[in-house]
Amino acid sequence: MLAYFDHAATTPMVEPAITALNNQLKKLGNASSLHSAGRSVRKDLEQAREEIAVAIDCAPSEVIFTASGTEANNLAIKGLFWKGAKDNKKVIITSTFEHHAVMDPVGWLAEHEGAQVVAINVDRKGFIDLTELTEAVEKHKNNIALISIMHSNNEVGSVQDIAQIVKIAGNTPVHTDCVQSFGKVDLSFKNLGVTAATISAHKVGGPLGVAALILKRGLDIEPILHGGGQERDIRSGTFNAPGIVAFAAAATDAVANKKERDIKIRQLKEELINTIKKNVSDIWVNGDQEKSLPGIVSITFPKTDSEGLLLLLDAEGIACSTGSACSAGVQRPSHVLLAMGLTEDETTSTLRFSLSYTNTVNEIAKLGAVISTVVAKSRNAMVK
Amino acid sequence: MSGGVDSAVAAARAVDAGYEVVGVHLALSSNPQKYRSGARGCCTIEDSHDARRAADVIGIPFYIWDMAEEFHKGVVENFLSEYQAGRTPNPCLRCNEKIKFEAVLDRAKGLGFDGVVTGHYAITKDSPAGKTLHRAADPEKDQSYVLAVLRTDQIAGAIFPLGDTVKTDTRKEAKERGLFVANKPDSHDICFVPSGDNAGWLRERLGSESGDIVDGDGKKLGEHKGAYTYTIGQRRGLNLTVPDKTGEPRYVLKIEPKSNTVVVGTHEELAINSILAAPPTWCGSAPEINKELRGFAQVRAHGAPLATSYKFDGTNLIANLDQPVFGLATGQALVIYDGDRVVGSATINETI
Repeated sequence: MLAYFDHAATTPMVEPAITALNNQLKKLGNASSLHSAGRSVRKDLEQAREEIAVAIDCAPSEVIFTASGTEANNLAIKGLFWKGAKDNKKVIITSTFEHHAVMDPVGWLAEHEGAQVVAINVDRKGFIDLTELTEAVEKHKNNIALISIMHSNNEVGSVQDIAQIVKIAGNTPVHTDCVQSFGKVDLSFKNLGVTAATISAHKVGGPLGVAALILKRGLDIEPILHGGGQERDIRSGTFNAPGIVAFAAAATDAVANKKERDIKIRQLKEELINTIKKNVSDIWVNGDQEKSLPGIVSITFPKTDSEGLLLLLDAEGIACSTGSACSAGVQRPSHVLLAMGLTEDETTSTLRFSLSYTNTVNEIAKLGAVISTVVAKSRNAMVK
Repeated sequence: MSGGVDSAVAAARAVDAGYEVVGVHLALSSNPQKYRSGARGCCTIEDSHDARRAADVIGIPFYIWDMAEEFHKGVVENFLSEYQAGRTPNPCLRCNEKIKFEAVLDRAKGLGFDGVVTGHYAITKDSPAGKTLHRAADPEKDQSYVLAVLRTDQIAGAIFPLGDTVKTDTRKEAKERGLFVANKPDSHDICFVPSGDNAGWLRERLGSESGDIVDGDGKKLGEHKGAYTYTIGQRRGLNLTVPDKTGEPRYVLKIEPKSNTVVVGTHEELAINSILAAPPTWCGSAPEINKELRGFAQVRAHGAPLATSYKFDGTNLIANLDQPVFGLATGQALVIYDGDRVVGSATINETI
C-alpha cells in the first residue's frame, strides 16, 4: 500500500474521466473528417470543449487543446513573443521561480531569438515583488512582448495575485501557468483578464497526454506545430478525442467538488505538518500557508540530504518529491527555493509533499511512524 | 550500475543470492554527454537510461547519485596532478579507492545498507583474518589489480558476483535474463576522456610547453611539446633530431617536470629490477616488518605476474623482481600476489 504524497507530479484518474476515456476509445473517427463518423467524434470533443470552457470561465473558442502543459506554455510564450517581436517588442518579464516549462522556452528565446529577459524576484513566502514588477513594466514600457508569471507555484504552493499583475501590465499581454491551480482554487479566465493561461489534464484527475492553452479570442499567434490546421491553424495535429473528453469529465468533477475537497485537503495538510513536527522538531515549512494551494507543502529537514530521505521513504512505501531533477535524473538545488532565499544546503534538504482529497490520516500516520528514523539515517549518512 | 552488461548481471545475481538490492547509477560528470559513442567513455545520459532499464527488468529500485564533485576532486584532479609531477596515474584505482568503495559505500552504510555490489571480475573469500581478495576465474578479465587498493574494511563491504564467470558467459546470461545490454560493447580506457585522446585531453588542461628531450648525460636530442604526453618505455613518436651513434632505438626512461625534460635511453637502461612503493594497503594483515617473502608482482592492469621477492620495511613495499621488467612508470600500482590472493598494493615511487 503506497502512501502517495506526490499529487503535484500527477494525480489518479477520477472515475468519470476513466469512463469517458474508455467509451471514447471504442469510437472510430478522426474529428477532422467530413463524414458522419468524423462528425460524431467532433461533436464529442466540442462538447468537451464547452465543458472545459465552463470550468475555467472562458469562451469555447478560447480553448486550444495541446498534448501537454509544457506544449501549451511553449505555444503561448513563443507565440506571444514572436508576435511582439514583429513590432520590435523583445522584452519578456517573468519571475525567478517559474517551472522549467516556462523558464526554458523563455531562456531559449533569449539565447536564439534576441529576447531580453527581466526576471522579477520573489520573497521568502513565495510572492512576486509587485513594486519591482511595476518598475520593470514602467522601464520597458513599449518594448514588452509578454509577461509570464505562474498562477501558483508547484514546489511551495503560493498563489500569486494575477489580477493585480494584469492591472500593472496595462496593455501588455500576460500569460499565466495555471497547471497547479485549475480545479483546486477559484480560477476564472474572464475575471483574471489574462491573455493566455495553461491548464493540464493529468494534474486534475484526467489522463496524461492532453492539456490546453486558453488564449483570448481574436488573438492570432504563430503556431509551433504546422500541419493539418486544427484549432484554427494554431495547433495542428489530429485531435486526441479520448483524452479531451476525459479531460472535460475530470475538470467538471474537480470544479464541482472544489469547495469540500479544499476543506478536507487543508485538514490533511495540517495533520501532516503537525505529525512531522512532532517527530522532527527542527523542521520548517516554506511558502505562505494562507494564500496557497490546498495540498502542497514544502518542508525543510535541516542537515539532511533529500535524496537520501526520498530513497528511505520510498523503501517504506511513501512517495513524495525533492526539488527539480535535471534531465540526467540527478537532483539539483531547487531554483524555486533558491529564488525564495534558501541556501543551497537548505534546498537539498527539502521535501515536497503534495496531498489530495484521496489521501488519508492513516497514510499520514504511516509517515509519522518512520520519519524520525529516516531523518536520523540521512543525517548519519551525511557525517562525512 | 553503469549501464553496462557486467553491473547489470551482477545486480541480478545479487538478487538471486537473496540480497535486498537497490540499483544506483553514479553521475560522475557535471556535464554528461547525451549518447555513448562506441566503446569510449562512460556514464552518458544514454548509459543512465540503460542502467535504469536493467534495474527495471531485474525488478529492483533505481536511483541516480550525483558524485560529480567527489569524482572530480578524488579522481580527475589526482590524474592531472600526477601527470604534472611526471608520473603515470591509474584513475580506475583512485575511483575504486575513493568513490565506489568509499564515498558510495559510506553513504550506503549510513543509509542502512550492508555493502556495495559491482560487476568487477574478482573473487573474495572468507578467512580468519577477514575477507580476502583473489584473482577472478577469467584471467583476461581479472580486475583484482584495480581492486587491490582497497583496505580490508572496504573489501568487507564489497560483493563481486561475477568473479567466477568468463565474460562470454556473462553476456549469455544477460541475454537469458532479457537484458538488452547483453551486446553492449565494454567501455575501454578512461571513462572521463570519451574521445580516447588522453594526450589531447591533458594538453587542453595542462597546456603544451615545449621542452628538451635529452639523453642520460643531459645532451639535447630533440624537442617535445608537453612532457606529460610521453609514457615510460615509449619508443615511437620521439622525433629525435640527433641520431644515436649505435643506431639503436631509444626509449623514454624518465619524465622530469621541474626541468620540463624527457630523458631517453637504450632498451637496457629501461630495465627495472627493484620497485619501491608506498604507502601500502594490505588485503589482510600487514606482513612482518623486513621479512623476505616470495610472491608475484603485477605492475599493469593486464600485465603478467612477475616472480619476485618482496618485503615491507615499515614504510615502503619493496619488490626485487627475479627478472627485470622493461619500462615502468612511477605513479602506477605495484600489487603483490600470493598465488591468486592479493597481499597488498602501493603506488610506485621509485624504480631501480
